[in-house]
Amino acid sequence: MKKGRLPLAATLLVLVFFYLPIIILVVNSFNAARFSSSWQGFTLEWYAKLFHSPEIWLSVRNTLVIALGSTAVSLVLGTAAAFALHRYAGSRLQQAHYTLIYTPLVVPEILMGISLLMAFVAAGTGLGLFTIFLAHVTFCVSYVAMVVLARLQDFDFQLIEAAQDLGASWWQSTRKVLLPLLLPGLAAGGLLAFTLSVDDFVITFFVAGPGSTTLPLRIYSMIKYGNPPMINALSTLLLAVTLTAVIASQRLARLKR
Amino acid sequence: MKRNKRRLQEWLISLPTLLWLSLFIVVPTVLVFAIAFRPANPYGGIGAGWTLETIRGLWTHGYLVIAWRTFWISAVTTVLCILLAVPTGYFIARASMKWQNRLLLLVIVPFWTSFLVRVFAWRSLLHPEGLIKQVLEGIGLASPQATLLYHPGAVVLVMVYTFLPFTILPIYAAAEKFDFRLVEAARDLGARPFQAFRKVFLPGIRRGLLTAVLVVFIPALGSYIIPDLVGGPASEMLGNKIAQRVFVDRNLPYAAALSAVLILAVLAPLIAVLVLQRKKGKADIIIGEAP
Repeated sequence: MKKGRLPLAATLLVLVFFYLPIIILVVNSFNAARFSSSWQGFTLEWYAKLFHSPEIWLSVRNTLVIALGSTAVSLVLGTAAAFALHRYAGSRLQQAHYTLIYTPLVVPEILMGISLLMAFVAAGTGLGLFTIFLAHVTFCVSYVAMVVLARLQDFDFQLIEAAQDLGASWWQSTRKVLLPLLLPGLAAGGLLAFTLSVDDFVITFFVAGPGSTTLPLRIYSMIKYGNPPMINALSTLLLAVTLTAVIASQRLARLKR
Repeated sequence: MKRNKRRLQEWLISLPTLLWLSLFIVVPTVLVFAIAFRPANPYGGIGAGWTLETIRGLWTHGYLVIAWRTFWISAVTTVLCILLAVPTGYFIARASMKWQNRLLLLVIVPFWTSFLVRVFAWRSLLHPEGLIKQVLEGIGLASPQATLLYHPGAVVLVMVYTFLPFTILPIYAAAEKFDFRLVEAARDLGARPFQAFRKVFLPGIRRGLLTAVLVVFIPALGSYIIPDLVGGPASEMLGNKIAQRVFVDRNLPYAAALSAVLILAVLAPLIAVLVLQRKKGKADIIIGEAP
C-alpha cells in the first residue's frame, strides 16, 4: 500500500512542535538580552545569578527532602501493593485495591490537591513540608505499584518455590531470589516517584504552607513576578538533570535481568 | 486452614496501601462533597451547621460561562489532539522496528521535562517580544498590536502541546497491532484510500482512539496552570475558579462546591464509556497506561 505523504508531514510537524519551544528556551538561557528575543551575545550571567540566589537553594533543599522521603515511603507501600495485586489477582479485595490504586492516575491533579487540602483543614493539620510529603506519597504509590506490577508480571514465581524446595526460608528466598530479580523494577519505580515528586506543582501548591516553598513553587512565582532569563537558565539546568535521570532509568529498565 | 492463612496474608500485605489511599483519597473526596454544604467562617475555615447557599450560588451567569468554556476548550483540545495523533500514530506504526523505537523516544523525551518549564517556554514564545509574534509580524500575518497571549486560543495551543503525546501513544499502540492487510484488501475490493482509512483503519483502532480521547479530555477539564499562565481572565476555566476561591478569597466551601461539580464532570465521560463497553460486552477498557 502506498504510504501517502500526509502521515509523514503530520509526524514532522508534530516533532517540530514538540521541540521548538524547548530549544528556544535553552538557547535563550545563554542570551545576554534581557527581554528581547533577538540574540545579543553569549553570557553565563543568568546561571551565575541563579547560583547566588539563596531562595533557590532553600527551595531545592525542600524539594529534595520531600522527594527523598516520599520516594522511600511510596517505594515500600507501592511494592507491597504490586505484590498483593499480582499474587492474589482476581480476588474481590484486589479488584477494590486496584481501583483505589488506579484512581490517582486518572483524577485531575487539581481535584487531588483540593481534596487533600480539605482533609488537612478538617483535621486541623498545619500545612507545610509534612503535608506536602503525605500528598506526594499518595500519588507516587500508584505509579510505583504500576511499574513494579509490570515487572512482576514477567517474574517466574517457580524460582521462589525452587529456592524453598532447596531449603531456603521465606526470608532467604525473598532476599536472595526475589529482591535481586526485582531490583531493576524497584529502581525504575523509585526514579519515577522521585521525578514526579520533584516536578509536582499543582498538588503541592494546594497543600504547601509558609516556609515550605519547593522548586516548582519557586519557578511558578518567578514566572509570575520574576526575571525571564533566570527562569530560562533554571529550566535548562532542570532539563539537564531530568534527561540524565531519564537516561539512567532507561538503562536500568534495559538491564531487565 | 491453608485457605484462611492465605486470606490473612493477602489482607496483611494489602492493608498498608488500602489504609493510606482510603485516608488520603476516599475520605478527602467525601469531605469535598460534605464541605460544599457547610457555611464558610470569617477566618477562612469551615463554619458550623449546614447550608444550600453555596450550591445555589453556583447557578449564576458567571459560573455557567466558565463551565461552558471549560467544556469547549477541553473538547477542542481533544479534537485537535486526535487529528494530529491519528496520522502520527499511523506513521510510527508503519515505520520499521528501529524507527518505531526512535520516533517513540522522540515523542516522549520532551515530556520528561518539567511541566511548568514547558508552559513557561510557550509563554515566552507567545510573548509580544517572542519569536512567534515577531515572525508573524515579519510576514505580515499579525499587526503590531495583536496579542497572542491571554487568549483562549493560546490555552488550546498549549493544552494540545501538553496532551498530544498521551494521545499519540495509545493510538500508536492500537495501530501497531492493527493488521494492515485489511486496508489492502479493502483497496483491492475497490475502496478509495480515504474510504479504506475511514471504514477499515479507524474502526480497527477504536479502542486506542477511545483511550486517547479519555486521557486528554479528563485532565483537560481539570486544567489550571495553562489557563493561569497563558490564558488571562478571558480564558479562565473551572480550575482557576477553584484556585481563586482557595487562594484569593479563602472560601473553602465555595471551592469544595466547584470541585464537586468538576468531580461529577470528570466521572460523566468515564461512566459513559464504561456503560457503552458493558453494552457491547467488552469491559476490558484501557483508560490509560502508567508512563
